[in-house]
Amino acid sequence: MATIELRDVTKDFGGVQVIHGANLSIEDNEFVVFVGPSGCGKSTLLRLLSGLEELSAGEIYIDGERIDHLPPARRGLAMVFQSYALYPHMTVYQNMSYALKVARKSKQEIEEKVRAAAEILQLTELLDRKPKALSGGQRQRVAIGRAIVRDPSVFLFDEPLSNLDAKLRVQMRIELTNLHKQLQSTMIYVTHDQVEAMTMADKIVVMRSGHIEQVGAPLDLFNKPVNKFVAGFIGSPAMNFFKGQIISADEGTYEAQLDNGTQFKFKAQAGRLTVQDSIDLGVRPEDLQPGNTGAGTLMGKATAVERLGAQTYAYLSSPINENMIIHYAGDLDIQSGEEIEVSFNLDSCHLFGPDEQRIEFEG
Amino acid sequence: MSTLNKKSGDLGTWLMHIFLGVNAVIMLYPIIMMALSSFKTNQEIFSSPFSLPKSFSFDNFAIIWSQTNVPRYFINSTIVTGLSVLVLLVVGTMAAYALSRYKFKGNIMISLFFLSGLMLPLRLAIIPLFIQLKALGLVDNLLGLICIYTAMSLPATVFIMTGFLRSLPSELEDSARMDGASEFRIMVEIMVPLITPAMVIAGIYNAVPIWNDFFFPLIFIQSPEWKTLAQGLTAFFGEYSINYGVLYAGLTLAALPIMLVFIVQSRRFIAGMTAGAIK
Repeated sequence: MATIELRDVTKDFGGVQVIHGANLSIEDNEFVVFVGPSGCGKSTLLRLLSGLEELSAGEIYIDGERIDHLPPARRGLAMVFQSYALYPHMTVYQNMSYALKVARKSKQEIEEKVRAAAEILQLTELLDRKPKALSGGQRQRVAIGRAIVRDPSVFLFDEPLSNLDAKLRVQMRIELTNLHKQLQSTMIYVTHDQVEAMTMADKIVVMRSGHIEQVGAPLDLFNKPVNKFVAGFIGSPAMNFFKGQIISADEGTYEAQLDNGTQFKFKAQAGRLTVQDSIDLGVRPEDLQPGNTGAGTLMGKATAVERLGAQTYAYLSSPINENMIIHYAGDLDIQSGEEIEVSFNLDSCHLFGPDEQRIEFEG
Repeated sequence: MSTLNKKSGDLGTWLMHIFLGVNAVIMLYPIIMMALSSFKTNQEIFSSPFSLPKSFSFDNFAIIWSQTNVPRYFINSTIVTGLSVLVLLVVGTMAAYALSRYKFKGNIMISLFFLSGLMLPLRLAIIPLFIQLKALGLVDNLLGLICIYTAMSLPATVFIMTGFLRSLPSELEDSARMDGASEFRIMVEIMVPLITPAMVIAGIYNAVPIWNDFFFPLIFIQSPEWKTLAQGLTAFFGEYSINYGVLYAGLTLAALPIMLVFIVQSRRFIAGMTAGAIK
């Protein structure tokens, strides 16, 4: 039950700036995911929010109240760590009750809260065990339980599922989403896994080298990435890019040529591009169709083919893009080494200008 | 492959076991001799030094108990060793904690200062030390010994403990901070319980030389009532005659506590020795 506001949040470590003036507002009860490649500053941003790191500049507000000068425990946040950070010498019960014990709550209150949280997370049977006697998923649940008992206004998750195996990760993902519905509180979740981001988030914050690149709902990011980085990062397998050049520009009508010679016309904001500007045309693997059916065509040699029955992934090498991927919904009978033709329609493409920013098609 | 090499019938394994067995015998033999001889009379020791005692009589121990100052020495040694190790572990752990878990100016300088203590033997400074203790009124006083032993063992303790404390994940600390625990509380309730094996190592590592020390009591303790065991046992070496039976009984008693501590704590000791390597 909290809104969060970050204003010009900056952090440097020994003169090296790692967060460059981040501005972000998070609504009450939102599930926000910070996503980005490793080293992009997403965990640092979370730690700044939690109070484990001090800001170099900027302000943080929770529910309109400035909190960046408060120690971690007084910000009303709870954090779940990547390694769970369970206290190894304490039982599950002691782990979960530690924060309440520190806060000098009555025994009865502690007992009630721990039992309630254990109920939610199905940990009741395990309360007397030590962390080493638990499985990965159970430890994860204890770590979450430890956060829940504090009744925080905001939950912070720092890559909580990255230590789990693939199957458990999917299961915990669903559990976390359900937990969010059940607890009705604001959650901030850091991950480098864009599938987690897409499936869990109400709002995704894409970060790169200390900058927030784009903030938006998962499908907005997927459908309208603001720049080439976001386009390449969101979506799996990643978007294919083809380099090209503007060859004519006339009052918002442009003609472009890809490096393999394919030419196409499009309309966009007048004056946005000029002749000889380099462009990147982004096409998602699922928008590339085998055969000559669309506006633009490309030839590629299949270097690897994954036929999964219901879908086929083909990895193509062509002069314009050596690692092109196409995703075909259905079984596609091609062999590795085969030369095939693929085509795309311009409506499903994304165009990025020389500054790597998105260019919106018009009309 | 490696499992094949470690088959129990393997020649290498046999050689290893023989080597370890011989080694164990060499180590244990003098201790067993000492313990066995403590049940013999002086005559018996000389007539049949290698045989088992004719009877396990506790006469020698009775003499130790009733006619010598050994019980008193025993208490003194216990006080000195116990308090030294206690102070050492408290102070050493706190110093190591600060050095390993916090970044601050002068951190490296202080670490090096402690390390330098490992390299300089305190015995070299015995004269200034004597003058200093005399000025403090701590000569012929158990407290003086405790101070010396604590200072002497601090570098090694800080060294051992820093290594262990560094290996603890910082997320535990962060987690406790999020839980609202104070820095002191984090140390006492979260971190220190996790390094008890290291504390056992540091404790035993330092307790043995302190318990056995002969040099410092010899210099600093004059009154018979403050003598420690190692020093006190020299009283049995008479000018003209030595009662070996009683001497061995005294030595056995002197060795017993450390051996007991070691046996009781050996599992933790070994766990601690290897814990740092794996985690």
